[in-house]
Amino acid sequence: MLLKNSYLVFKKDLSSELRTRYVINSLLMFVLVIISIIRFAIGDEKVDNEILTGLLWIAIFFTSVSGLSRTFVKEEEKETSFSLKLSTGSNSVILGKLFFNLILTFSLNLLILFLFVIITDYEIKNFSGFMIVIVFGNLGLVSASTIIAAIISKANSKGTLYPVLSFPVLLPLLITVINATKLASVGVETGKLLGEIQILLSYFIVVTVASLMLFKYVWED
Amino acid sequence: MKNFITYAIFVIISAVIILGLALPIPDIPALGDKARVLYFHVPMSWISVLAFFMSMWYSIRYLKTRDHNYDIKSYSSAQLGFLFCILATATGSLWAKFSWGSFWNWDPRQTSIFILLLIYGAYFALRSAIESEDQRAKLSSVYSIIAAVTVPFFVFIMPRIVESLHPDPILNTQGKINMDSSMLTVFLSALVGFTMLYLWMLDLKIRAEKLNYKKLSLTD
Amino acid sequence: MNSIELISENISKTYSGKVIFKNLSLKLAGGDSLTVLGRNGSGKSTLIKILAGLISANRGDLFLKENNVKVERGKWYSKIGLISPYLNLYDELSAVENLEFFCGLRDENGSDSKDRINSYLNKVGLYEKRNEPVKNYSSGMKQKLKLIFAVINEPKILFMDEPRTNLDSEGIKIVYETAESHRENGILIVATNDADDIELCSDSLNIEDYK
Repeated sequence: MLLKNSYLVFKKDLSSELRTRYVINSLLMFVLVIISIIRFAIGDEKVDNEILTGLLWIAIFFTSVSGLSRTFVKEEEKETSFSLKLSTGSNSVILGKLFFNLILTFSLNLLILFLFVIITDYEIKNFSGFMIVIVFGNLGLVSASTIIAAIISKANSKGTLYPVLSFPVLLPLLITVINATKLASVGVETGKLLGEIQILLSYFIVVTVASLMLFKYVWED
Repeated sequence: MKNFITYAIFVIISAVIILGLALPIPDIPALGDKARVLYFHVPMSWISVLAFFMSMWYSIRYLKTRDHNYDIKSYSSAQLGFLFCILATATGSLWAKFSWGSFWNWDPRQTSIFILLLIYGAYFALRSAIESEDQRAKLSSVYSIIAAVTVPFFVFIMPRIVESLHPDPILNTQGKINMDSSMLTVFLSALVGFTMLYLWMLDLKIRAEKLNYKKLSLTD
Repeated sequence: MNSIELISENISKTYSGKVIFKNLSLKLAGGDSLTVLGRNGSGKSTLIKILAGLISANRGDLFLKENNVKVERGKWYSKIGLISPYLNLYDELSAVENLEFFCGLRDENGSDSKDRINSYLNKVGLYEKRNEPVKNYSSGMKQKLKLIFAVINEPKILFMDEPRTNLDSEGIKIVYETAESHRENGILIVATNDADDIELCSDSLNIEDYK
């Protein structure tokens, strides 16, 4: 029942997104803008991996906090949240939205990474380890951003508030994931990244469990 | 009783200030007289963390009971925590200037307190962006709990990213080992005194906020 | 027999220091119907939202009982239908997609809702345009679709907040028929400004009496 309803919420969000291209269009443009800024900032300089990894995560962080709130904000703005509240419990809503944001973020991150590698000479020596870190990093990133999106959808000045609220919560994740991707990019073996991956995974679990426990307070009135 | 506590706080903190500056302290290599900042800096850092978790605790109580008084307590504790957090940052970076040569150099402890400042700041930004009191109380409670569950991660992360400059263990191990009985007495009194000061200020703040809230709900 | 009760005890709601209503108590059981009256902005919609469990009151208790057992707050939605101006369906989806989505969420045993949806769409005259996105609908058509949304899962309690909004006489007739058939067993609560609607319900409540 819970899984079925989460899936239905996810499917609804996906098909209405595919129809309106509300988020995707602006996010694609956002990615292009931020990648171009990085390109022009670097110019033809030879930049080492440490700085490039940081730049990559700046792009990922700001893309996430400019797009992931949409799924909740839209329900409030279009006043559809009451219809949803009258049709299903809160847990299926947060899980459905979490899953939607996960798919969205993951595909955007692949795009960012692809463009980033093209415009800079970012070299990833341990590619499989790098991708594993990206996947686990995304889980936590999306989980925290989704519950914060739910919070800010009820507040004023949503756009500026979102990065402000997300950053301190995401910082432990960002520090870890930047460190781990940096290590993977210079060729550290995956086995040596297990500690980082453990932190990323437990961050995801802790935040998701807290979200599931707290979301009903955000959602129900 | 209340008066007695007020006087006690006054006496303890005055004593800490006077004795902390006047009493000789054992010679700690590379720290010297600069170690005296620990009488003020450590209690303040402790209180900014204590106030943060108190605020989170009251947030949980609020969500459980929906009693507005808990929101007032949570908010009041956060405000005081923010104040002490600024004081701890200021005393810490003063000390850093004279010990390490710069006010700010992103060592683990500085990073942690910076994150705490950010969380407090975000909490207040969120509160000011919500008009309805119920919503404000509820959403800021949820946020402070979410923020609080992520804070412990720094304990695991910090040792991983820092290669050099391990200043805090130095202060802790050497400071504690080298603390003689008079220094320890002053330090513990400072800890007790400032904690009592925080609790006293919290009580005052809560009563003031409650009056404020009552005034608001009566003006209709 | 499946019995339903909605009980409020001394509920009060204030918003930013302004009293919307206070000490409102009511007890409704299956077969009861109630009109909520009051000027514009007097808080009728707020009361409806509170009774429907969408927002909470500041003080007082509110229960929903089915067969004398309290329904837990997280499950209220499954007993309630609501039509109101502040509730919208998804604009970019068609009528059928909207209804399939909402029926799917409510449905516990995965039964097919297609026939039910089509017969309702036929009844209100939206069948022809069932596959068009809702944003192309006129406001009257949207209101009819919202009416289907409110009743399609056969709720025990039906709230109608300004049900006439944007409807033509034929639409109003459908609203009346729906209300009449619902109040035979369920609870019906109507918030309205229109004097004609009072006859829909056996009791009435003026929110101005609770200021």
